[in-house]
Amino acid sequence: MGCGASSASHNVSSSMSKPTGTASSSAEQKVVRRIISAALIPVESENSFTNMASWFDKVPEAPVDPILGLNAAFKADPAAHKLNLGVGAYRTEDGKPWVLSSVKRAEEIILNSGKYNKEYLPIDGLPEFNVASARLMFGEQLYEANAARIVTVQSLSGTGGLKIAADFIHKFMPHATVYISDPTWANHKSIMSLAGVPWKAYRYIDRATNGLDFGGMVADLDAAPDGSVVLLHSCAHNPTGVDPSTDQWATLADLVHRKGHFVLFDNAYQGFASGDLDRDAYSVRLFLQRGFQFIVTQSFAKNFGLYAERIGACNVITGNEREANCVRSQLKLISRATFSNPPIHGALIVSIVLSNAELTALWKSELKSMADRIIRMRQVGCPPNLALVSASSSPSSSSSSHHLLLFLLRLVALLVLFLRPDRPGSANMLLLLLCVVPAWTSLSECRLCIALDASRSCSIVSYGWVPVDRAATDSIVC
Amino acid sequence: MLQNVCKIAGRARSSGVPARFASVWAKVEKGPEDPILGVTVAFNKDTHADKINLGVGAYRDDNNKPFVLDCVRKAEQKIFEAKVDHEYTPIGGSAAFNKLAQSLVFGEESAAVKAKRIVTVQAISGTGALRVGADFMKRFVDVPLGPNGKKVVYVPQPTWGNHIPIYQDAGMDVKFYKYYNDKTCGLDFEGMANDLKTIPSQSIVLLHACAHNPTGVDPSPEQWKAISAICKEKGHFLFVDLAYQGFASGDPERDALAVRLLVQDGHNIGVSQSFAKNFGLYGERIGALSFVTASAEEAERVESQLKILIRPMYSNPPVYGARVVSEILASKELTSLWRTEVKVMADRIIDMRSSLRSLLKEFGSKRDWSHITNQIGMFCYSGMKPEEVDALARDHHVYLTRNGRISVAGITSKNVKHLAKSMVDVTKGL
Repeated sequence: MGCGASSASHNVSSSMSKPTGTASSSAEQKVVRRIISAALIPVESENSFTNMASWFDKVPEAPVDPILGLNAAFKADPAAHKLNLGVGAYRTEDGKPWVLSSVKRAEEIILNSGKYNKEYLPIDGLPEFNVASARLMFGEQLYEANAARIVTVQSLSGTGGLKIAADFIHKFMPHATVYISDPTWANHKSIMSLAGVPWKAYRYIDRATNGLDFGGMVADLDAAPDGSVVLLHSCAHNPTGVDPSTDQWATLADLVHRKGHFVLFDNAYQGFASGDLDRDAYSVRLFLQRGFQFIVTQSFAKNFGLYAERIGACNVITGNEREANCVRSQLKLISRATFSNPPIHGALIVSIVLSNAELTALWKSELKSMADRIIRMRQVGCPPNLALVSASSSPSSSSSSHHLLLFLLRLVALLVLFLRPDRPGSANMLLLLLCVVPAWTSLSECRLCIALDASRSCSIVSYGWVPVDRAATDSIVC
Repeated sequence: MLQNVCKIAGRARSSGVPARFASVWAKVEKGPEDPILGVTVAFNKDTHADKINLGVGAYRDDNNKPFVLDCVRKAEQKIFEAKVDHEYTPIGGSAAFNKLAQSLVFGEESAAVKAKRIVTVQAISGTGALRVGADFMKRFVDVPLGPNGKKVVYVPQPTWGNHIPIYQDAGMDVKFYKYYNDKTCGLDFEGMANDLKTIPSQSIVLLHACAHNPTGVDPSPEQWKAISAICKEKGHFLFVDLAYQGFASGDPERDALAVRLLVQDGHNIGVSQSFAKNFGLYGERIGALSFVTASAEEAERVESQLKILIRPMYSNPPVYGARVVSEILASKELTSLWRTEVKVMADRIIDMRSSLRSLLKEFGSKRDWSHITNQIGMFCYSGMKPEEVDALARDHHVYLTRNGRISVAGITSKNVKHLAKSMVDVTKGL
């Protein structure tokens, strides 16, 4: 077979049609009708090809994302006193984002070692990352014992891992309904809907106690058809923070076994919840140990502080090596048609840290410090009225209510001062000073915070002036 | 209460997998292996000293090494020294990056850009842009349904293999329009024009902006004008895949010609943009998706819906590649350096095409190999048959995909002679 004459300059053949005035065919009539019916645009003539009707004029305005949209609203708010209690990203005591030193060291290695280029990763991601990620999730022993039947693919953080899982469930469990907790992370519902997987809710939180409604949860999962998919948060349930106890996890495992359910674990906070990586992995490892097949997604957004690098993994626990190979090939097809291959940067950072003993130790201590700060903030108890006021995220509190608050707090301080005389004299003096500072000084930009230990009625734990723009958790920061 | 709960859950603490699980995995068949990957696997197995890999889809320098651009290294250094954080970007990526990406494609002076009627969101490289674009078109672009009750996307024959699963996974059907003429190894313009006229009006048509993948065959500027006119008359919705801006001719503006022409002609197009090849940022997965709409207000509505699609896919895009590109395009000095480097890459490809063609003649081939230099970009549809490709691998340790596609990036001044001799041999001097 030879190639003929050069094709570099095709003559534009006479079969090329120029737009003509005679709209005789039904197709052309349709085009004209469409232009006319789009009332926005005046039709000058049938030849008016510069004024085509818009393809997008029927596209409705979508609502702002309830979580991520809050960030934008916070930024846009000009008020001096505003609090952002929205997005789930760690903040230091100064209300700032925190880049871990272990991460910085890994980035330095990537930049300066000369070892790394920008070549495509395999479709299922950086192999060293995948192994390290699975080891972290399951622990050394369990991982070694089960490696052949575990499939790990790198994903675009937790969301991306869940999307891969949802697409896989849609393809290979087409009759399954996913059961998600009420409440759950809002995006879970969107992920399932986009993948075409129907979902239902199971009871989770007891809104009267803000504790786990375990009875309701068990009843609902028991009532679900056998072989349903159940989405469980492995630890640090989002948004409630309420987790089952180890006994309750055992009960859930029994239920899953009896009903033949398939579990999808969302594991976004390993190490970030308790500060202990193994402890936070308890539920997932229990299920692996018990011989279940399931999926667990991982996110390194919070525990490595790598939010925007979008680094995570999707682990599928299959029955054996043959199945694992088949499942891996199918997951790769999903990834290939979504993003081809995942981003390097976050994967390299995690893999460098986890392959280096010193960096791993540093990371673990930094992780623990983040978890500890969060726990500390929760433990600073507050009586209901103070907690209510300080936790308010209303960005536009008027100055008069602000002054009223200060007055009330000073009143409380006065009462405490005189009702608890067993305090050292210097503390009493300080309290007295705080009480008499007038509200209209520049300190009115601050809030007098008194943290009272609720377990020892009204004894002062701590007090101080707090700038109002400090991002607090659900407690007063003093 | 606890007693009831325990009763429901069952006391049995057995381990082992319930029988019903076995059926889930038994149904999962092994998916087909990626054909391009197969080439690399075979190449890696070969131990011959003079082996050549012509399956690689990434640029290589004249020493056959991956090339990280100097402007990229400089940008990375700046980013590192700025001690940036890793906080989430907005769902559609950073506004700064999106603006720069948009200007690169459409030109700063574009009326549509100035009128703010183009929406651009960061995407996971070209694939991610195509996929989100596909999901958007499936949901919002009103086109007639095909025979399977699904919306149809018309793609050129042949096209990049991954286009098909992208559209299928997004819930659409794929059909082909004529494109490549395997007799001339060039464009079948008449066939293409005819197909674009006979497919249903208001169809979704995918076009490659430049450096068509896998053939390297592009329409001329005059042919682009004609294509634009035909599509206008038919009211088609055009989606343009721009993966090689700057990398094809060495001139980013020239490579964006088709896109800019279509916008000027009044088409409201979608564009997927990749920074993988032209910035050498392959693995950082940096790209952008744009839609040209009728007004700034419309652009905002479209953007809000793109975010609704992106959020359940990956929430927000990876920041690192976007930072690198932004750092470069926001700096006059680094942009200038980038333009030099992208030209170096394009020129080396063009040189290798030229060398190969003249060496084939020199080593006695009677075949017309002019398509090697007529075609443009990373890939060259050589016209070789599958049997000839197999012979190349078996007898000469030269590896390429069986459709005869050569990745010119795999050719160097050091191996081009071996390649030419091998090709002459397997095509028997014809």
